[in-house]
Amino acid sequence: MINHIPILPLLIPLIAGFLLLLFKDFGLKFQRILSISSIIVLFIVSLIALSEAIDKQYITYILGNWEAPFGIILVLDKLSITMVLLTTVVAFFALAYAISENIDSKGANFQVLFQLQLFGLNGAFLTGDLFNLFVFFEILLLASYSLLLHFSNKEKTKAGLHYVIINLVGSTLFLFAVGTLYGILGTLNIADLALKISTLDKENLNIIASAGLLLLVVFGLKAAMFPLYLWLPKAYSKTSAPVAALFAIMTKVGIYAIIRVHGTLFGEYAGELAYYHTTWVLVIGIITLIMATFGIMSSKEIKNMVAYLVLASVSILLISVGINSKDAISGTIYYLIHSTLISGGLFLLADIIVNSRQSDLLTQQTPKLPNARVVGILFFGYAIAIAGLPPLSGFFGKIMILYASLDNQMYPIIIGTILLASLLIIISLAKAGTTIFFNTLITDEPLQNNIAKHSVKIVAVLLLIAPLMVIFANPITSFCNSIATDIFNVNGYVNAVLHKQIIGG
Amino acid sequence: MLIVNQFVLPILVMLPFVGALIIGVGIKQHKLGSVFGSGFVAILGIIILTSVAHIPFDGEILIQSWSWIEHIGLYFAFRLDGLSLLFGYLILIIGLLVIIYARYYFSTKDCICRFYVYLLLFMGSMLGIVFSENALQLVVFWELTSLSSFLLISYWYHKDESQSGSKMALTVTGAGGLAMLAGILMLGNIVGSYNISDILASGDLIRNHELYTPILILILLGVFTKSAQFPFHFWLPHAMAAPTPVSAYLHSATMVKAGIFLLARFYPALSGTPEWTAIVPTIGMLTLLIGSFFAMFKDDIKGLLAYSTISHLGLIVLLLGFSTPLATVAAIFHIINHATFKASLFMVAGIIDHETGTRDMKKLNGLWFFMPHTATLAMVAASAMAGVPLLNGFLSKEMFFERALQDSPILGVIEPILATVAGIFAVAYSIRFIHDVFFNGNGKNLPKEPHEPPRFMKIPIDFLVIACFAVGTLPMFTIAPMLAVAVTDTLQSPLPEYSLAVWHGFNLPLMMSFIAFFGGIFVYYNREVLFKWYEKNLSKIDARVPYNKTIDSIFKFAEFITSKFDVNSLQNMIVWFIVTALFFGLVGFTYFDSPILGTREFLSPDWITIITALILVAGVITTVGLHHNRFVALITIGIIGLIVSLAFIKFSAPDLALTQLSVEVVTIILILLALYYLPQYTPKESSKAKLYRDGFIATISGIFIFILTLAVLSREYAPIGTYFLENALSGGGGTNVVNVILVDFRGFDTLGEITVLAIAGIGIFAMIQGIKLYAPTANTQGLPWSSDQYPLIVKTLTRLILPLMLMVSFYIFLRGHNLPGGGFIAGLITSVALIIQYLANGIEWTQKKLKFTKHSVIGIGLLISTITGLVSMILGYPFLTSAFTHLHIPLVGDIEIASAIAFDMGVFLVVVGSTVLILVQLGRLSLSSHEHTIKCSEGGN
Amino acid sequence: MEIIISFVIAVLCSGGIFLILKARTYPIVLGLTLLAYAVNLFLFAMGRLNINMAAILKSDVQSYADPLPQALVLTAIVISFAMTAFVIVLSIKAQSEFNTDHVDAKEDTK
Repeated sequence: MINHIPILPLLIPLIAGFLLLLFKDFGLKFQRILSISSIIVLFIVSLIALSEAIDKQYITYILGNWEAPFGIILVLDKLSITMVLLTTVVAFFALAYAISENIDSKGANFQVLFQLQLFGLNGAFLTGDLFNLFVFFEILLLASYSLLLHFSNKEKTKAGLHYVIINLVGSTLFLFAVGTLYGILGTLNIADLALKISTLDKENLNIIASAGLLLLVVFGLKAAMFPLYLWLPKAYSKTSAPVAALFAIMTKVGIYAIIRVHGTLFGEYAGELAYYHTTWVLVIGIITLIMATFGIMSSKEIKNMVAYLVLASVSILLISVGINSKDAISGTIYYLIHSTLISGGLFLLADIIVNSRQSDLLTQQTPKLPNARVVGILFFGYAIAIAGLPPLSGFFGKIMILYASLDNQMYPIIIGTILLASLLIIISLAKAGTTIFFNTLITDEPLQNNIAKHSVKIVAVLLLIAPLMVIFANPITSFCNSIATDIFNVNGYVNAVLHKQIIGG
Repeated sequence: MLIVNQFVLPILVMLPFVGALIIGVGIKQHKLGSVFGSGFVAILGIIILTSVAHIPFDGEILIQSWSWIEHIGLYFAFRLDGLSLLFGYLILIIGLLVIIYARYYFSTKDCICRFYVYLLLFMGSMLGIVFSENALQLVVFWELTSLSSFLLISYWYHKDESQSGSKMALTVTGAGGLAMLAGILMLGNIVGSYNISDILASGDLIRNHELYTPILILILLGVFTKSAQFPFHFWLPHAMAAPTPVSAYLHSATMVKAGIFLLARFYPALSGTPEWTAIVPTIGMLTLLIGSFFAMFKDDIKGLLAYSTISHLGLIVLLLGFSTPLATVAAIFHIINHATFKASLFMVAGIIDHETGTRDMKKLNGLWFFMPHTATLAMVAASAMAGVPLLNGFLSKEMFFERALQDSPILGVIEPILATVAGIFAVAYSIRFIHDVFFNGNGKNLPKEPHEPPRFMKIPIDFLVIACFAVGTLPMFTIAPMLAVAVTDTLQSPLPEYSLAVWHGFNLPLMMSFIAFFGGIFVYYNREVLFKWYEKNLSKIDARVPYNKTIDSIFKFAEFITSKFDVNSLQNMIVWFIVTALFFGLVGFTYFDSPILGTREFLSPDWITIITALILVAGVITTVGLHHNRFVALITIGIIGLIVSLAFIKFSAPDLALTQLSVEVVTIILILLALYYLPQYTPKESSKAKLYRDGFIATISGIFIFILTLAVLSREYAPIGTYFLENALSGGGGTNVVNVILVDFRGFDTLGEITVLAIAGIGIFAMIQGIKLYAPTANTQGLPWSSDQYPLIVKTLTRLILPLMLMVSFYIFLRGHNLPGGGFIAGLITSVALIIQYLANGIEWTQKKLKFTKHSVIGIGLLISTITGLVSMILGYPFLTSAFTHLHIPLVGDIEIASAIAFDMGVFLVVVGSTVLILVQLGRLSLSSHEHTIKCSEGGN
Repeated sequence: MEIIISFVIAVLCSGGIFLILKARTYPIVLGLTLLAYAVNLFLFAMGRLNINMAAILKSDVQSYADPLPQALVLTAIVISFAMTAFVIVLSIKAQSEFNTDHVDAKEDTK
């Protein structure tokens, strides 16, 4: 009896998607219930899958019963299922907010697109086949285009246009890279590619090196690394809050792809190509962090600032991926979980703030917020979390990464950049907070509270993640460590997929 | 009790946080509730601490530790030794006094509960610092003090000075904290543990390590910023915007002492090196002088006290800098004394402010007659500050002079002199404080009629002043034991010989005290001269100006960079992307010296291919050249597409050719429709330079792709493709391998692919809503578009064609598995057929004829494909496993009915649904826009 | 033959890139189409070039073209079709909202 668990995270949103499509006319309420319940089921299933992944380590799923490398295979391990779980959680909060603020009712097919977006994301995390990864990238991209442009206005359309076109060019590059790899190695399965690269003859090294770096550029575009992040600030700040919140996971797809694909293909057995990409990732990560910090400092709008904050968190992930040690990857996972959820919540909070002060501009002085007390506390909390100050999770993630960097010969630069960036980010956030909450106009007609009660609650609940990740840091980090161990155990992955060992492994 | 013992330290540290939570959430606005709540927390804290106080006195250290983030050496660990005991008491006792005091200080209109929440948060953070056993955990609490002090200073957040003052404090101390974090990270890395016990134990290792100097500097940055040492002292006076209880607590007893605590804490690990004795005393001395000098000239009472605090902190740092045991004794002693008298003085300042409505010593005079009690307290405390005998200040001052004489490491004789000068000014500003405020004539137009404050507001001060006096007269019976344990655990070595006697006989330190005392009186007597001079030269100095300048310039720079890079232009993005891709692509080829081209021999070219290739190239060139004329460009694109499909045929890929062809048709129709709305011509707007740039980038990319392709094609490879050829018929039940791959081997890709189509369909549907378009009534040459939308011939013709095309597509669909064809191509053909109906006969007519909603078609399509997969799951196979049997149909030939064919059916439906949906949407647009334009024209005439 | 195909791919590629660097949606659409052709041919060529080989299994034929790249290209074609359609409609939307087809919604300079 085969274990179907790996396919379920894909089937649930897919089926939910076309059910929503078929029952288009059953009304909003029905759609919402279906959509939410799909996510809840997805969450439960992912939890079960996680527990199975923890004791079985790898669970492969041979689609169409054609064994790898010939058919397409899904690989469920701690890393992939963690990403799925993370996606599900973010999706839940985003959707809840969309419903409570009535955003999904503003245009057609929101729920369908949302579900198919999840289908794309989960597929990208679970697949073990490079071309299949391409297909899922396209699914999640197209879905994201549609969501971004959902019920759009001029600003959205412009941002969307840029986002779509740049990503289409990216997809083209993806195909060139995959093609090259197939043209030399004659296979598409990630594990098989790793196997073939481990026995690559000298004369093909350069082509593979080139293809690998092209692939890095493709993933870098998703992960928004310098100088490819230019699409991000507008795309994230102009779209509707729940979509932006869901997009918090999109950049992480790029990070995941780098860890999974490059980490496996160019792992320890790749001979002269072993981890040749990491130096680039590290350097680019540092540059990205600097640019992101500048972006935060020069933001004149709240949402734009949040977008750049997301970029900063991504660049820290890039840095730690670039450091590429067990500690670093473990820190990456921890920080990734933290930053995804927090930046997701931050987009929602920014939306609340902007709506209640009826202005996105930080240069503009507005009357006291109607819900100043609660929103103020939330802002303070989120600011601390995202800036990586104690006592919230951001700080501990950062420490893990800084600690890991001590083994890297570039550590003075790494530590210096990260700490200086944090300081400047703190200053900018203090500035922003002062303008929003302290420096208010004294007027006789106060602002009307136009925020649904639940919206604020949703954002508040999401913030609880940060302290919880600190209190339970001990089990969580040991889990992250075990993921890191898996990632560096390339042979384990290859063996699980192909039932072969890499020679010398 | 056992439980308590087991968790006593974490409980002690967490207590204030819990209290803050309860008060913040539970008690809310109830004023007294918050007061008693926090008071209770402080008292309970004192009790708990006392319950374990015996441990350090028995010469032991209590360590309680739990693993937290083990692999980076972060433990949830606490330590109780003499030093932390002393600071713990300071924090809790003065905290309690401030809590009592504040309840009377605040007017009822202030949301007082907010204050107590912040205060408790701060108290907890301080306790965390002093009781931390793990250095990383110490940093956590360290940054927490910065945050909570930010909240406390910005308490009256509507005032500008609160906003700027709090931000400044946060920035400076926060920056220091981060530097310290870096230092501690490196420190722990050297020691191999972040537990303070281990760090203290490995002093020699640290001092001899090559990274000692950077580590020392980084940690000192943390210390000096927190303890307001020169040149970071400037934030403290501006932090005086805080309510006075805050100043009494943070800026006398606790937060500014945190830095000094850290200095004392790491003393055994870091002190005693040339670097230490060079940096620490120098900074300390400078701070001491600057502080005591400027204090003299501040008209604001709190300003005076702030600078005096700076100078006393400098004094303590200087003593620790000497890094001799006896100097350390003096330092610890002075920490206690300064805390007591300075806290009481701040409280007095608060009372005066509270009762008179001002803190300006130019206005305040002769308060003695209104508030003798307060005045007496103030005088005693101020004398302690000035170092008058029989008060605690005197004792530590004496010790300081003595150390300055004996330990002064660098400057020899100069140090005692400077120390005396500082002493002179200390006396002077103390006298000024007393004389100006309580005597020196009568008050000038005070906002309020002054009188004694409520009784309980003075009790905390009474207590502190009595302490000053008790320590000053009977040191041996009061502070000595506490001091002893504190010093031993600071030094981590046996206690040096020292006497706390009030009278040491006539010796040099006493002389210096006399000089300081009378010098001070002299200076104060001739103050007018000094004040004039100060007014002329120094009064303009304001730390905020250079500080804000630097901050602003950094932000300006950031904005400059961002505005240069993030210009929000698509072309810019694409250029960056392509250039990056090129860069990395080329870098890849430089890694190793392996040859670019391989050895595989090429097929010999034939003329037809060459010519077609040339045509294609020509097509591309014309497209690029004539793209300004959009219609022409479209035609050439069409030609190129045709040639590409020809190429597929040529190189034995009929399926691709068919697909390419049918896609081509649909795409062209789409673009045509689009062109109907878009401008007919592209304006020539790009400059020469830009054209060259684009041309250059394009060419380089072309060359790169050329090399890449050739590099691959000139090499042999061992593809997995052969496997498909072997298994297509046996396993997949089809002879058209490509199609079998699509629907079976890699059916999952296809499922994804049709999902993409589906999303495109519904996405476009969603996107198109609410578009308003104004179709041109005439083309650019001014010829009007034909108003006769659906010519008769076309109508009839297409209606005849429709069944035929459907037949064809059905046929292609069926044979797909064995001959070129399949669901996708069939779908496209069908869609084309339908679209032609739409184009020829108009939407209403066609809608009437075929009553189905595209959405459900797409939905059903996806459903079918997925269900075929699910069925196999039910049968106990993985998702999308196929099964098949063969059956013979005349004409069509031998068909296998594979479950894959059902899957292909789904593909077919999705293709039809999406394509038709997309095109009909556009058609709709054109329709509406037509009506719109017609309306407009009617409106026009 | 390989040189020709590589050259063709290269030309298509640079043509496409040149066009997507334009500031208007329409040339960008054309450019993307050209790039799509280029990458499809490229993927296809990765199966190496084979002239008059059977694509359909027959009992008497021994050597066949590598079918996998063809399948990949098929998928790629479909996806790029969907994407192109999306961009086209998006460009119309942009036109309708900005009243210009400039990608940065800059007003036409006339």
